[in-house]
Amino acid sequence: MTGEPLNYFWLGKLSLESLPFVEFIKTPNSSTAIAAFAAAAVIGGAIGIVVLLTLFGKWRVFWREWLTTLDAKKIGIMYIVLALVMLIRAVIEAAFMRAQQMLAVNREGPLSAEHFGELFTTHGTIMIFFMAMPFLIGLINVVMPLQIGARDVKFPLLNAISLALTAAGAVLVMISLVIGEFSTGGWSGYPPFTELAFNPGAGVDYWIWAVTLSSIGNTLTGINFAVTIYKLRAPGMTWFRMPLFSWTALCTSILIIFAMMPLTVATLMLALDRYAGFHFFTNALGGNMMNYANLFWLFGHPEVYIVILPAFGVFSEVFSTFSGKRLYGYHSLVFATIAITVLSFGVWLHHFFTMGQSANLNAAFGIATMLIGVPTGVKVYDWLLTMVRGRVRFTTPMLFSIMFAITFVIGGLSGVLLANPPIDFAVHNSLFLVAHFHNMLIPGTLFGMFAAYNVWFPKMFGFRLSEKWGRISFWFWSFGFYLAFMPLYALGLMGAMRRTVQWFEPQYLPWLLVAFSGAVLISLGLISQVIQLWVSIRNRDDLRAPGGDPWDGRSLEWSVSAPPPEYNFAVIPEVHDRDAFTWMKQHGISYTAPNEYQDIPMPKNSVVAPLIGFLATMLGFALTWHIWWLTIVSFLVILGTVIARSFCRDTEKIIPASQVRQEHEQWLARVKGLIPTARADETTSENQGLAEVAS
Amino acid sequence: MKHLLLCCLILATLLLSSCGFLDYGFLAPAGPIAEAQRDQFWLVTCWTMVVILPFFVAMPIVLWKYRRSRKNAVYRPNWTFSWLLESLIWGVPLVIVSILSWNVWKATHTLDPYRPIAGDKPALHIQVVSLDWKWLFIYPEQKIASVNVVAFPVGRPVHFELTSETVMQSFMIPRLGSQIYTMPGMVTQLHLLASKPGEYRGQNTQYNGKFYAEQKFTARAISDSEFKRWIKQKQSHPPLDMRAYSRLAQRSILSEPEFFGSVTQELFNQIVERVKTTPAADLPGAAKATGKGG
Repeated sequence: MTGEPLNYFWLGKLSLESLPFVEFIKTPNSSTAIAAFAAAAVIGGAIGIVVLLTLFGKWRVFWREWLTTLDAKKIGIMYIVLALVMLIRAVIEAAFMRAQQMLAVNREGPLSAEHFGELFTTHGTIMIFFMAMPFLIGLINVVMPLQIGARDVKFPLLNAISLALTAAGAVLVMISLVIGEFSTGGWSGYPPFTELAFNPGAGVDYWIWAVTLSSIGNTLTGINFAVTIYKLRAPGMTWFRMPLFSWTALCTSILIIFAMMPLTVATLMLALDRYAGFHFFTNALGGNMMNYANLFWLFGHPEVYIVILPAFGVFSEVFSTFSGKRLYGYHSLVFATIAITVLSFGVWLHHFFTMGQSANLNAAFGIATMLIGVPTGVKVYDWLLTMVRGRVRFTTPMLFSIMFAITFVIGGLSGVLLANPPIDFAVHNSLFLVAHFHNMLIPGTLFGMFAAYNVWFPKMFGFRLSEKWGRISFWFWSFGFYLAFMPLYALGLMGAMRRTVQWFEPQYLPWLLVAFSGAVLISLGLISQVIQLWVSIRNRDDLRAPGGDPWDGRSLEWSVSAPPPEYNFAVIPEVHDRDAFTWMKQHGISYTAPNEYQDIPMPKNSVVAPLIGFLATMLGFALTWHIWWLTIVSFLVILGTVIARSFCRDTEKIIPASQVRQEHEQWLARVKGLIPTARADETTSENQGLAEVAS
Repeated sequence: MKHLLLCCLILATLLLSSCGFLDYGFLAPAGPIAEAQRDQFWLVTCWTMVVILPFFVAMPIVLWKYRRSRKNAVYRPNWTFSWLLESLIWGVPLVIVSILSWNVWKATHTLDPYRPIAGDKPALHIQVVSLDWKWLFIYPEQKIASVNVVAFPVGRPVHFELTSETVMQSFMIPRLGSQIYTMPGMVTQLHLLASKPGEYRGQNTQYNGKFYAEQKFTARAISDSEFKRWIKQKQSHPPLDMRAYSRLAQRSILSEPEFFGSVTQELFNQIVERVKTTPAADLPGAAKATGKGG
């Protein structure tokens, strides 16, 4: 064999030109410099992690306690860490895009058109698939089993594999910074633009495999969560005693199960087009991109509710807990959640009113879309009424929730406007639309996740987060949001379109300046959160809450220690009321030792998930660069691993009753030594996680 | 702090002064379609206010009244339901959405882009082909063609027939209203009318690669006699044959509009048909395999 085909055999389409450093040296300009710097940051970050783990001798801990664990709480924490890392990248990208648009009025900005295209594609792809999804799935992993009184999720290994597949997708997106480029087709990846004829590079393939891997991981998670909630609720936890967060977790899981598959199918069909010469979405020979639009949004619209429902659950818990009051309109909220779940499958066409279908069809989907506004509006009012006759405490999670409610209502208004096909014909694809969905997703999903992060952090790690820096981050995020996105509404009405690298209308400039200042504030908000984490870890001794109930919580997760033991509950609790833990506190049966303890079987650690994660990354990378030997090898090893594991019977370990007794009694003794905290002192170091029982 | 306030003040003035933002989109309509869309915009906003205004009023009151530091406030931790409030928060939005639904059904049909605009003048027929990164306009009756400029008489309905020979794009003249996708191998329809003379910006709104931002065109609404003159003037340009078209269809941007004095009746249909049977990689607009995406 001569050099060329030999290279192709081993390396596929990879070449030195795939490295951004080489491109920077060849054509040095601001755009390639930024790309080279980003690649260096990824490499530096990876090396930094390796060095730190080695320096502190933590490899063994990292492997035993984290990578191979099947503990849902730890898997959840890893999901959230992944989400936070990806959030940082995507916010930096957003700031770059805002800067570009501000600087590119009637002249070229610092970024090249392709680079800008990659930025808006990775920003969207990351924010949805590798920030919002892992954040909420991580949160559900941590909270839901505890909240329904279960020891674990139903399928612990599947849970770890889901995380591994999601992480593999995220790693592919990160690798694309260092080797090659990413798609410029937007997060929705519409063909025929993403077909081989128009986009022959590796970028679209990176996008396809990153999204495909994460969508498979998500589907498995959805099945896992739904079965967990169906089968593992504690005795007495009837459907209408289930906390609202668990309800939203259930509805989100159902949405995931039904909505992820069209996405997997769509991306795989696009892959067949690109790799095997099929004609699903091509221009010629019977292909039709309208099928892609339908498949994608059949996933894409329920996806909006997948990422927002768990946040609705969080807000329900926060409004109730921090008003010291039962949730107002519980049944209404449950039925509204179910209504949203069902309706969300009937509105996907509103993403392409302008595709030329009949007025009857457009009108029907427009009406269905507005109908979703009804249960959503009901929810907002139910939260408001939850505060009525309560005692509202303005802590960080509550501030995020209040700001969510106010801001979300504005987004609701623009949503009703966009649901109207004639108006949509005028603002479709414009910055008005960009403003609308950020207006829903930032307060809706992100503020919800931030509230949750502040509420449940002490449950995960045993100490609270700094309230001061939490508030600072809240104000930066809130003002930043308004400054960054309200101008986009105006720009959209002025005919400014999304994904535009350069403007020719000087009138846009003032609005773009304001939007950029908003992006700066949001970045400061994110930095404050990094500082918050740092300060809280440093002061963790002052912030400890070993009692496990720092906020006078109402549901079962607050009834156990912080952090909870691996098996969650020494004895599975019996549920008597919707606010199960509040009921226990009021009846004086919290913190009591049971008559007898039993052995608890828990899943053993497993190397299967990290192995599959690694192989899936290889598989995605090999497919992207047409390295066929690696594709075949990694696929076969994944298959072999799954088959081999299914013969493995020794998957459980037994935690003896004596150990459970010892750990539980130790904790109970510790709780006895704590001074109950009044709500006035909950953000001071007085708060050690034992709440004063309201008279 | 003072500097910050000053900066805010200056910025606010700037924003207000560019509140001529009404001048560039459908909120400054130059035709009946955009006008109707603007009316819809305000109508829907007003009706939705019925649901959201009470919330904006109630929120600060509730936060103030039930804050924990206010000691003598009513505290009823177990109050969770009221039939009256519950029927209001389900009922009022339902009524508003019903009203809006009736409105949407009507408006969607009257403003359907496929629906011809009623008028005493016959519609002017213009065929549009979206290319990377330019717009080709064919006047089948006048037998001329133009690139990146489209002219039509004020007050006369225009019937656009649209297709694409490259990726999907979206055709829009913001001040005239509706946009519609252009798709390869398919034909979409759009009816617009300019009621005020002027030059309006037209654009592609669907991202299609490197020069997406520059893919603009000028829509000129001119008087009948001017339009006749314009046509006559353009008829002296060279013809648009397949060779000239193949050059146009390649990926490029043009610095100046182009015109063609004659064009075959079938060109538009040929383009639609050609896309269906020719693999995209063999079309003049395909990306040359440079390794980089477009």
